[in-house]
Amino acid sequence: MEPQNPQTNQPENELTSSETGTPSPIAAALQREHPEWTSEVIEALGETTIVVPREHIVDACAFLKTAPGLEFNFLSDLCGFDRGPEEEPRFEVNYHLFSTTKFHRVRLKVVLNEDDAHVPSVTGVWRTANWHERETYDLFGVIFDNHPDLRRILLPDDWQGHALRKDFPLRGYEPYSLE
Amino acid sequence: MSTSVANIPPQFEIVDQPLDTQMTISMGPQHPSTHGVLRLELVLDGESVVKATPDIGYLHTGMEKLFEYRKYQQGIVITDRMDYLNPLGNNLAYVMAVEKLLQIEIPERAQIIRVLTCELQRIASHLVWLGTHALDIGAMTVFFYAFREREKILNMIESASGGRLTPSYFRIGGLMMDIPAGFERRVKQFLDDFPHAVEEFHKLITGNRIFQKRTQGVGYISAEDAIDWGLSGPCLRGSGVKVDVRRTNPYCGYDNYDFEIPVEQDCDVWARYMVRMREMIESHKIVTQALARLRPGPVKADAPKVVLPDREAMKTHMDALIHHFLIVAEGFDVPPGEVYHPIEASKGELGVYVKSTGGPKPARVHFRGPSFVNLSALPHIAQGEMIADVVAIIGSLDIVLGEIDR
Repeated sequence: MEPQNPQTNQPENELTSSETGTPSPIAAALQREHPEWTSEVIEALGETTIVVPREHIVDACAFLKTAPGLEFNFLSDLCGFDRGPEEEPRFEVNYHLFSTTKFHRVRLKVVLNEDDAHVPSVTGVWRTANWHERETYDLFGVIFDNHPDLRRILLPDDWQGHALRKDFPLRGYEPYSLE
Repeated sequence: MSTSVANIPPQFEIVDQPLDTQMTISMGPQHPSTHGVLRLELVLDGESVVKATPDIGYLHTGMEKLFEYRKYQQGIVITDRMDYLNPLGNNLAYVMAVEKLLQIEIPERAQIIRVLTCELQRIASHLVWLGTHALDIGAMTVFFYAFREREKILNMIESASGGRLTPSYFRIGGLMMDIPAGFERRVKQFLDDFPHAVEEFHKLITGNRIFQKRTQGVGYISAEDAIDWGLSGPCLRGSGVKVDVRRTNPYCGYDNYDFEIPVEQDCDVWARYMVRMREMIESHKIVTQALARLRPGPVKADAPKVVLPDREAMKTHMDALIHHFLIVAEGFDVPPGEVYHPIEASKGELGVYVKSTGGPKPARVHFRGPSFVNLSALPHIAQGEMIADVVAIIGSLDIVLGEIDR
């Protein structure tokens, strides 16, 4: 993998205003109710991304789940991303929300520093977050606080390191053995 | 229940009460009914399940890591190997996500062929589910009938793409190549035969009293729980929630097709069975409509820097040769951005998250596998069920371990 270009770290900004002039009603509703819960709203490629400070992520999810007109009762997906060891903040956690009544979607994003890669678990909001968070922990080493069962899920329990980090080599460090 | 027959001695009476002794057994990873290498840790009280803990990862091959080291077009072959019963659906989700990043428009003929082949693949995937699900429950014959029909679909897909299990038929910007001569005739023949085959399945198994007893009222999950656990596809619709990505977030022109979304209210294994059986008929409808709409035209987008040129053009045009060389040798740059593209795969919502930071390789590709999420609800569904019914529940969730472990 070529080294990441630090200039392309947050590229969506370029597309933000030129793509769609109107801010998303979902982000607007969240900003109206709790302006401190959104640090940035990105509109790009027809998708809305709301960057949420980590301490508010559970509250923001619970609000979006129950707020009338939003009703994001379905967590489609939760995944991590590593911007690379030289980047700070290094990790992103993406929450893809869907509403089974309104059929709209939104992405929440939390950015984390490497030395403090902790984020509160949203398993209390949607139980389906359980395995997604375990997977993100397993592959990126992001710790989900208050998770009921934070164990490795895809890799063996005694695996060293976190395989989807950019500084983890593709073929690992040494042949893995079950011995 | 204790028997009321008078002449049975008391020590032989059947008692239905907890034994107060628990036993932990390991089911899998070499158990034929776990559909691959799924291992379940079952805590049992007698025959009822106190706790079921899935243990996955036996088939983990680090595909999401591999994507980051391969060019965008090389990623297509990796997607085939995830849900290997529905490879065209995986191809579609991935190429559409990349096309969204590149903002490429696909010609109409390519769209229609994508819909047509994906719906055929959905039928094939459901046929494998039907055969194995019935086999798990003890009805052996259905398997042969289901695989006979599936074979016809695989032959058609092979004729178009060259591959049976791993077709890699879709490309970023269109299709690998147009459908071959005679393909439409074969599809028509299949469409004529298929309703009769579904009737056969119904005759074989739907009215079977043993099958009904094994599935009705087993594996209950309410609509609220199903949403909370993130179930999607037939599992969600079997709990009475009418959500189908083809309707809620249409892609590939699905909003122009006339089809129903089957929903059942019983929330059990039987309901999920009925949803899938009815879905095959709906897919049949879509294929019929798609076939009627096929018109001659290009199957690749007009994007010379992304789409490989035709062989003939390469022999006569210098620029086509240069483009071919550059795409193969260096790949194409994808503008920075991130997309989450969901499609309705045969097992539920298959979402692909692709993040680009520029350059010819993705920074991150993540697959939201429907099997992965559906399986995560298994501890909830299996709790309190009998151990023999766990097999029926796993079958009704229709999991593929290639997609769960990735």
